[in-house]
Amino acid sequence: MKKLIEYTKILRSKNAGPLFITFDLMFDSKEKMEYVMNNLTAFAVANAYGVKESDVSIIKYQVVNSIKITFPRKNVSGSLFDDDIYGCQQHIPLSNIEI
Amino acid sequence: MKIVALCGLLGYGYDENSLKNAFMEKVDYLGVDAGSTDPGPYYLGSGKSFTDRNAVKRDLSLALPLALKNKTPFIIGTAGGAGSKEHVFWLKDIIFEIASEQGLHFSLGTVYSDVSKKYVLEKLKSGKVINMSNYFPLSETAIEKSEKIVSQIGVAPIIELLEKQVDVIVCGRACDTAIYAAPLIKNGYDEGLAFHMAKIMECGAMCSEPVAAADVMQAYVYDGYFELTPANPIRRCTVERVAAHTLYEQSNPYLIFEPDGVVDLHDCVFEQVSERTVRVKGSRFTPAKDKTLKLEGVKKSGYRTVSPAVINDPLTIEELPKIINTVNEFVKENVKNTINDGDYNLAYKTAGGKESSLSIIIDVVAKTQEIADTVCALARSRMLHCDYVGRKSSAGNLAFPFSPSDIHVGEVYEFSIFHLVKVGNLKETSVCEVENV
Repeated sequence: MKKLIEYTKILRSKNAGPLFITFDLMFDSKEKMEYVMNNLTAFAVANAYGVKESDVSIIKYQVVNSIKITFPRKNVSGSLFDDDIYGCQQHIPLSNIEI
Repeated sequence: MKIVALCGLLGYGYDENSLKNAFMEKVDYLGVDAGSTDPGPYYLGSGKSFTDRNAVKRDLSLALPLALKNKTPFIIGTAGGAGSKEHVFWLKDIIFEIASEQGLHFSLGTVYSDVSKKYVLEKLKSGKVINMSNYFPLSETAIEKSEKIVSQIGVAPIIELLEKQVDVIVCGRACDTAIYAAPLIKNGYDEGLAFHMAKIMECGAMCSEPVAAADVMQAYVYDGYFELTPANPIRRCTVERVAAHTLYEQSNPYLIFEPDGVVDLHDCVFEQVSERTVRVKGSRFTPAKDKTLKLEGVKKSGYRTVSPAVINDPLTIEELPKIINTVNEFVKENVKNTINDGDYNLAYKTAGGKESSLSIIIDVVAKTQEIADTVCALARSRMLHCDYVGRKSSAGNLAFPFSPSDIHVGEVYEFSIFHLVKVGNLKETSVCEVENV
C-alpha cells in the first residue's frame, strides 16, 4: 500500500467553474496510470471528501497518462463557508488515499 | 491564418519582445482574455476588477498601437475581470486614455452582455434553465436577490462586429474561447479546430515550456489542422503540454462545451512537428440541438469584518473549541438587545495545530458593516482574554500581527446564478455598439 501522491508526477486541484472541484493526476508511465485507474475507487474518493460516491467522476485521459477526478463542491466558491476560492489547495485528502 | 494571444489574462503581463516577434509576420487577429470567475463572486458584485489598472494599461499601451499599425483586429474578452457594464466602462476608459495619450484613432466595437432579472425569471418560468450542478438549483428568490447578472456570450456577437470591420472589440462577459474562435468561424474554418485552438490559446503561453500565462502564444490555422508556436524563443510547445492543457479547469478532458455545440477530442492527434511547434488535428464539432448560454449572477451576502491572529501556546490551542464556545455565548448574550440573531454570522477560519502555531481568523459577515464591526470587536477582545482550565499564559491568548487588529473588508457577495439557459438566438442577450475613437 502506497499513498496516491507517490504514484503521481503531478497531483493538483482546481475549480472547474465555481460549482465543481477537479483534480488532475499525471503519471510518468502508462503502467502507473493503469494501476491507479484500476485500484482507485469513487468510493474511496467520496469517503476522503465526504461527498456522494455517485457524484464522483473518474476519467482516464491516456493521451498524456492522466486521470481526471471531478465532483461538485460542498461549498460554492466564495460562499460564506468556503475557504479556498480557487480550489487549488484541496488535493491533500486525495494525495493521502492508500492503494 | 495567424492568430496571436497576447497573454493568458490582460494585466498579467507579457514579454514586449515576444509581441514584436509575433508581429514580424502578418498577424490576422490579436486577442486577449481579460476576465475569470476564479477570483470569486466579489468582483462581479462590486463592479471592480481583480486585475490592476496600471498593469492592464501597460499591457494595452504596447499592444493597441501595434495592432492598429498592422491593421490587425484586436479582440478583448470579459472586460474588467467580470464583464458587466461597469467593467466594460472601466476597460474602455483605459483604452480612451491610451488613445488620447498616443494620438490613436480607430473604430471600437463593444458587446454588452448584461441580462435583466426579468429575462432570467421568464427563462425559469418557461422551463429553459438547466442546472450545472444538482446542488445549485435556481429559484425565483435567488433571481430576485441578484444584483448583477451577465451572460457568457459565444462567437456570434463578435462575428457581427468583425463583419462591420471594427479595429478593436471590447466584450462584456464572454466565453474565453469565443475571442479566438470567432475570427476563424467568420472566415469559414472548421469549428472543431477553431474552438479547440481557442481553448488552448486563451491561457497564453500556458501550453508551453517553461510554462507561463504571462507571455505571447501564436496559432497558425490551416485546412484540417492547426499549429502552436510560442512567440518567445525561450519557450517551446510540446505534445505533453498542449494535450495536458485540455485537462486544465475542465470537468471532462474529452469534451469542450460551447454555446453553439460541443467539441469532441477523442480522435484528436497531437504531433511534434518541430522543436517548438505542435500540430493538432481531429477535433470534431457537433452543433447542439438546444443552443445555450451560461448566466452568472451574484447577490449580496452582507458586510465583512475580520481579525487575524496567531496562537503559539499549545495549551491554548488544545482548549480552543471551548474558548470558541465561550466567545460565541458571550457575543450572543452581549448583543441580545441590540442585534437580531440572524443579522450576523460569526465564524473562525483556522490553520495549523498544536505541533506548530495556529492561525485563526475571526470572520464576521453581517447585515451592516456596523454590526460586523461590533460583533468582530466583541469576539476578538473576549477571545484575547478568555480563561480556560490550566491556563498559564494569563496575559493574553492571541498574537495580533496588525494594529488595527480588525479589518473592515466591506461588501460580500456570493453566486446566486450559475446556470445555462436555452436560447432561441445566441445573440439574444447581447447588445453590440460601434463608435469612433
